[in-house]
Amino acid sequence: MAAAALSMPEIENKAMNLGIDLSTIDFDNIVLPPGDDFGINSDDEDILHEEEAPEFETGYGNVIVVDNLPVVSPEKFAKLEGVIRKIYGQTGVIKEGGLWMPVNPDTNMTLGYCFIEFNTAQEAKEAKEKTDGYKLDKSHIFVVDMFDDIDRYMNVPDEWTPAEIKPYEAGDHLQHWLTDEKARDQFVIRAGTVTEIFWNDARQVRPDPVYQRQYWTDSFVQWSPLGTYLATVHRQGAAVWGGKSTFNRIHRFPHNQVKHIDFSPGERFLVTYSSQEPSNPRDTHRVVLNIFDLGTGKLMRDFKGSVDDFTTGGSGGLSGISWPIFKWGGGKEDKYFARIGKNAIYVYETETFILVDKKSYKVDNVVDFSWSPTDSILALFVPELGGGNQPARVSLVQMPGKVELRQKNLFSVSDCKMYWHSNGEYLAVKVDRYTKTKKSTYTGFELFRIKERDIPIEVLELDNKNDKIIAFAWEPKGHRFAVIHGDGPRPDVSFYSMKTGGITARVSKLTTLKAKQANALYWSPAGRFIVLAGLKGFNGQLEFYNVDDLETMATGEHFMCTDIEWDPTGRYVATAVTSVHEMENGFHIWSFNGKLLYRIPKDHFFQFQWRPRPPSLLSPEKEEEISRNLRKYSKKYEAEDQDVSLALSEQDRKKRRALQEEWETWTARWKQYHEEERELRLQLRDGEASDDEGSQEQYEAKEVEAEEVLDVHEEIVD
Amino acid sequence: MRPILMKGHERPLTFLKYNREGDLLLSCAKDHTPTVWFADDGQRLGTYRGHNGAVWCCDVSHDSTRLVTGSADQSVKLWDVQTGTQLYSFNFNSPARSVDFSVGDKLVIITTDPFMGNPSTIQVKRIAEDPEDQTSDSVLTIKGPQGRINRAVWGPLNKTIISAGEDSIIRIWDSETGRLLKESDKESGHQKTISSLCMFTDKSHFLTGSADKSAKLWDTRSLTLLKTYQMDRPVNAVAISPLLDHVVIGGGQEAVNVTMTDRRAGKFEAKFYHKILQDEIGGVKGHFGPINALAFNPDGRSFSSGGEDGYVRLHHFDPDYFSIRM
Repeated sequence: MAAAALSMPEIENKAMNLGIDLSTIDFDNIVLPPGDDFGINSDDEDILHEEEAPEFETGYGNVIVVDNLPVVSPEKFAKLEGVIRKIYGQTGVIKEGGLWMPVNPDTNMTLGYCFIEFNTAQEAKEAKEKTDGYKLDKSHIFVVDMFDDIDRYMNVPDEWTPAEIKPYEAGDHLQHWLTDEKARDQFVIRAGTVTEIFWNDARQVRPDPVYQRQYWTDSFVQWSPLGTYLATVHRQGAAVWGGKSTFNRIHRFPHNQVKHIDFSPGERFLVTYSSQEPSNPRDTHRVVLNIFDLGTGKLMRDFKGSVDDFTTGGSGGLSGISWPIFKWGGGKEDKYFARIGKNAIYVYETETFILVDKKSYKVDNVVDFSWSPTDSILALFVPELGGGNQPARVSLVQMPGKVELRQKNLFSVSDCKMYWHSNGEYLAVKVDRYTKTKKSTYTGFELFRIKERDIPIEVLELDNKNDKIIAFAWEPKGHRFAVIHGDGPRPDVSFYSMKTGGITARVSKLTTLKAKQANALYWSPAGRFIVLAGLKGFNGQLEFYNVDDLETMATGEHFMCTDIEWDPTGRYVATAVTSVHEMENGFHIWSFNGKLLYRIPKDHFFQFQWRPRPPSLLSPEKEEEISRNLRKYSKKYEAEDQDVSLALSEQDRKKRRALQEEWETWTARWKQYHEEERELRLQLRDGEASDDEGSQEQYEAKEVEAEEVLDVHEEIVD
Repeated sequence: MRPILMKGHERPLTFLKYNREGDLLLSCAKDHTPTVWFADDGQRLGTYRGHNGAVWCCDVSHDSTRLVTGSADQSVKLWDVQTGTQLYSFNFNSPARSVDFSVGDKLVIITTDPFMGNPSTIQVKRIAEDPEDQTSDSVLTIKGPQGRINRAVWGPLNKTIISAGEDSIIRIWDSETGRLLKESDKESGHQKTISSLCMFTDKSHFLTGSADKSAKLWDTRSLTLLKTYQMDRPVNAVAISPLLDHVVIGGGQEAVNVTMTDRRAGKFEAKFYHKILQDEIGGVKGHFGPINALAFNPDGRSFSSGGEDGYVRLHHFDPDYFSIRM
């Protein structure tokens, strides 16, 4: 470069030749095209070069090949070139002379492809990502490839050789834990650097270890929704584990710096997420999402973009993303997944991994949405607009087809939260409304009956509608819900049923429990029982409540408790203190009716998670039959329980006896030593026997009065 | 029975000791005056004035005439129990941490802390019959273990010295030569500072408490680990019942954390364990700071605890206590 630099007289000569008057040129106003210095070194060039050694592209990493272009005659050549420049100018800077569209020399027609050279390889990659599959018109869909890949494609053999079919290898029995003879449940805990899996052996009143491993995960572990896999998270990606006897690695999902993971409810897919904080504040904060097929471990689709594309827009000012970004819908078949964007919801289908109807679902100003857990129904919330001229609304939309099933307009809304019932039967929308003065808010519920004709909506307000709602929870598999409400330090808990009244069911209150130390609700997964928990400020007060009989079964306390989780069968409750604070770390296991079974203290306790179970294979009729004839079935288990407890107490007795006997042999020996040493001890004490020499000499307590003259003092009294 | 609350110290308690008959209770605290109490009703009998620093430990002679106290003022003092007069003062160049009379009361073990470049030491001094003849010569000086030695006591027949401290290893020394005879196993032994050590009356076994949240029972002659009592808090004090197969263990979270949380979180209970079965029997609440000192009355019918809160709590057992069946 330096060799090309011109000296001043040469410049003057050149200017003269070109007819430019140098005195009329303002040199400070000359701006060179970016990236080109015309062979003239700037003064600070050297410093720049020293600081960061330029990366030399060895191949043609910055060149892409665009195929499937229209074949045009020379007259239209310039027009086509213009179009291409326009398209690719958006994604990056095309190098000067970097666009080359070859022409057939015989016909002067273009060949239908072109080469584009970008400044950087990254721009080229981005251009490929963005425009591969771009529709210029109906018959011209771009096929974009990296120039470097051409070699690879060229090397594809012409002859097709059939893939080698590997002999079938039986996979590991991933559901093996369900066949446990004692029908126990598993859980995973993480304490310190160790991750451990246990059976909850309530009969033996202790956990029974299954597997343990140090440094198994870099951040957390997570069961898949049906319990088949355990996922671990590492710097290089996520991994899932499972199997019959030990936990073997089933698949690895490479994803650098993965932060969050999420399973689809039917365990077909795994979503991984990472975000790259920019080191330079001007750069965009980029996030990467990958969706893998859990069965094969194959990457199905990736999403890349700046973090702004993935934050729920609408209200704006939201920093960071709300996980999960993709919400899964369509029930257990994992048919759809969707994310919210600005003024639109992007719904993808898992057949093809492209947008349903190939376009996003436009909803102006949508801020929140959720799927029905069982059907492909979306519930959307759009806030008030135009200072209240356009009401807020909640609508239910059927997918595919985007048919609006039901819509409800709401006025003077400040906030809105949606709670689906686990069977997809009901949807409760908690609506915070402003009072007339707009100074405070009050809360009401809109209850949708999804499965009934025309989806009737009921409005529910609390007895005291100014009460703050602290928690809300539907009864799983049932028709009731619980609400904690109130402002004081001891809020009330109310239970409501959706099935009261005759044919046209109405919602009505069952009962209100006054002044409870509770701020969280945990229904048993089987329904009927609920734990009213006072976490954090309430120091871990627990109340086990039977909603069928409307009575408290037991109260308990797990001091400083932070987490509560029912086991998937609803037989046991785990309460845990995780290392949000340093003390009391560990977990307790309770029976459903509030009996403390056992407690395990663990320092640096991070995580407790029950292994979920897939839904029962029994038909509802069969389940009904069992619950009706429970006595018949329970007999067998009661007998087993009895046997176990007998065996346990027998075992315990034996152990105690052994300990006692062992102790007696020790004491016998000690006594013997003590006797042997007696003479010597007497000598040490100058022959004085003391009462630790056995009971020969009993001492007697005697009261002795001792008088001591402290001072004699004479004083003359007048 | 309701515990008797004995308020006499102004600073955290450090050590409690009953005399052989069990009628006197001696208490040491971080204030400078060891105090003697009636062990029956908790009346204060008197104090021993003269130390100029926290008093860490004391021991009383077999016939309850002599008291020896070790203090952070770098001295160990010998007192007349009855009159409270100071008979002699051994002076060191580092704080004295623990003291223990031998069988026959002719010798006393004193441990000193590592201080200003001096390593920790275990020293044996001879106690003269007549205080007039008392000298400060050491019969034996042992140096070696790293860190503070929190407790050193005599083994059976004064033949051995057992020491434990910050390096979490229990050592048995020959009291004649100062040779190291045995060391506790690192694997099975304590993992953190051993804070306390309590010898059973016949010196056949002893109990140690450690910051690793456990207490362990050892055979004095073979140094075999007999039992482990698992706690959920650091252990500061231990005691063995002379009457029943019980041990009592006390402690609590470290004092620096106390003010930050609820009192229940601190776990300032004295916990009773069955010595043989290692099962927890029960707990005695009451202190609002960690328990630093525990002692059983030699008759086994009462015990006292001293806390960081500055109180001594004297508990006479209810009749039910003696009929506990495990």
